[in-house]
Amino acid sequence: MTQPVEKKGDRFIIPIGPQHPALKEPGHFEFTVDGEMVTDATVRLGYVHRGIEKGVESRNYVQNLYMLERICGICSHTHAMVYAMGVEKLAGVEAPPRAQAIRLIVAELERIHSHMLWLGVAAHEAGFDTLFMYSWRDRETVMDLLEALSGNRVNYSANLLGGVKFDITPDQVKDILEGMAFLEERNRHYLEVVMNDMLLLGRIRGVGTMSKADAERLGAIGPTGRASGVARDVRLDAPYGAYRTFKPVLMLAETGDLEGRFNVRLREIMDSIRLIREAVTALPEGELTTRMPRRIKEGETVSRVEAPRGEAFYFIRSNGSEMPDRIKVRTPTIFNMATVLTLARGHQLADMPMILVGIDPCFSCNDRMVSLKRQGEEAAGGDAVAGPVMTWNEFRKAVMR
Amino acid sequence: MATSLLDSITAGLKTWARVNSPWAIHFNSGSCNGCDIEILATLTPRYDLERFGIKLQGSPRHADVLICTGPVTRQAHDRLLRIYEQMPEPKFVVAVGSCALSGGVFEGLYNVIGGIDQVLPVDAYVPGCPPRPEAIIDGVAKLLASLSNPGPKLSTPASGAPAESAPAAEVAEEVV
Ligand code: SF4
Repeated sequence: MTQPVEKKGDRFIIPIGPQHPALKEPGHFEFTVDGEMVTDATVRLGYVHRGIEKGVESRNYVQNLYMLERICGICSHTHAMVYAMGVEKLAGVEAPPRAQAIRLIVAELERIHSHMLWLGVAAHEAGFDTLFMYSWRDRETVMDLLEALSGNRVNYSANLLGGVKFDITPDQVKDILEGMAFLEERNRHYLEVVMNDMLLLGRIRGVGTMSKADAERLGAIGPTGRASGVARDVRLDAPYGAYRTFKPVLMLAETGDLEGRFNVRLREIMDSIRLIREAVTALPEGELTTRMPRRIKEGETVSRVEAPRGEAFYFIRSNGSEMPDRIKVRTPTIFNMATVLTLARGHQLADMPMILVGIDPCFSCNDRMVSLKRQGEEAAGGDAVAGPVMTWNEFRKAVMR
Repeated sequence: MATSLLDSITAGLKTWARVNSPWAIHFNSGSCNGCDIEILATLTPRYDLERFGIKLQGSPRHADVLICTGPVTRQAHDRLLRIYEQMPEPKFVVAVGSCALSGGVFEGLYNVIGGIDQVLPVDAYVPGCPPRPEAIIDGVAKLLASLSNPGPKLSTPASGAPAESAPAAEVAEEVV
């Protein structure tokens, strides 16, 4: 909810969130404005922090597959895939080629669904609701395909440790190819609309421009970085799984503004369509799963995957038991969030929703941390309490009922 | 008596208006986004929630129905209460998704309080992870149907304060 404007000294601070019409997820922003111009911005995250990283330590590897998939409902397959790849690496097994190809197909279908969802939300923020409705109508094609494959529209649960759960039948291949033909035609149309509609261009051309140097300094990744000319894509830089066979094309734009981000994402949809076509027609024969040990050998590993929003990175450490010792998740939005705060300066307040949506933020992926203020900390006088670091037991006592 | 007749007519009129054009607000108190995108999908051409007169909009002060997704996290808890308190009476809460029902997969994590009914009185539960858009529409439609022919009284706390117990008026069956 937007509270009344607060005046501090001679600056006005406008708080937005955590519940606000322009935000689809809870996050809290404070924009310092001079008239209509934003001169500073800060963000407070953590509203959807659930404590998953700690929770996985008391669940076994198979249970964690389902928990980690639910870090984010939009890129759920990515999270499950990057986790499964990491655990497979630790156990020293590799998923069969057919399973890897199916993982790629689901991952690219997910990229299409995520980018089309973004196109709709971004168009909505720009006031172009017609495009929102059309792109979401067409997105249902992808949802139908994912549902036909997996049985669920979101959280497809395609992965198993050591393979995938379902096969793609020749009938489904036909459906996928038909769906792709339809989506290709629709997306060509959207690309034309976005690049030629003067009203939309008025809101996106030259807005939120980020130079390549800035993008690299702030650590922008994924389509946000690629729109500023940062040539980085895990699928190409460190090919994994079936991406060793089916190569994506790097989509870059030089402009660095919102128009560039529309352009990059729409062209990525086209490329995903091509990849899916190639993969379903050349689907390798064979098994869907390999045997996985229940206990994972001691060791640690990292695994990386290109999520729709940029690089997803997992660190997994095993102590030889059925449960992981530590899993660290690093998701793209937190890095791109820094670009929002920097880009906000010098733009009008009305452009803020567009600039925020431009990075395709995903708060549920993002909220990895929570900061605690202990009650009576000041009164106790700093060092009187057990110091700034809590033990796990102290922490449990503080937050658990 | 004139006054009671007038009262019953206005009450009937209010229910009629409420059932035919409820305004809803959506709050994510810690969900994974899966339920949120399905709620958004109900607005889009294939499902078109607006044909029931339901409008999703931004301000709690204009809303009749609070659609909640996700388990309640410790950070979002106060915000959720505040939004509920800002809504005018009478108000209804629909919990969407397994997380909102019970905490779902996140049950027991240190930052998760539990389902929505730990915090607010819930009028309709829509199970699923995530529920299909049809199921969400069904849940809201059943809530509306229960308004026009009130059977057992819905749990509407007199003040905005959170009720301890949260009886379910309707449980929408999952449409699979
Ligand atoms: S019920 Fe499932 S889809 Fe919905 S918020 Fe919870 S984990 Fe996500």
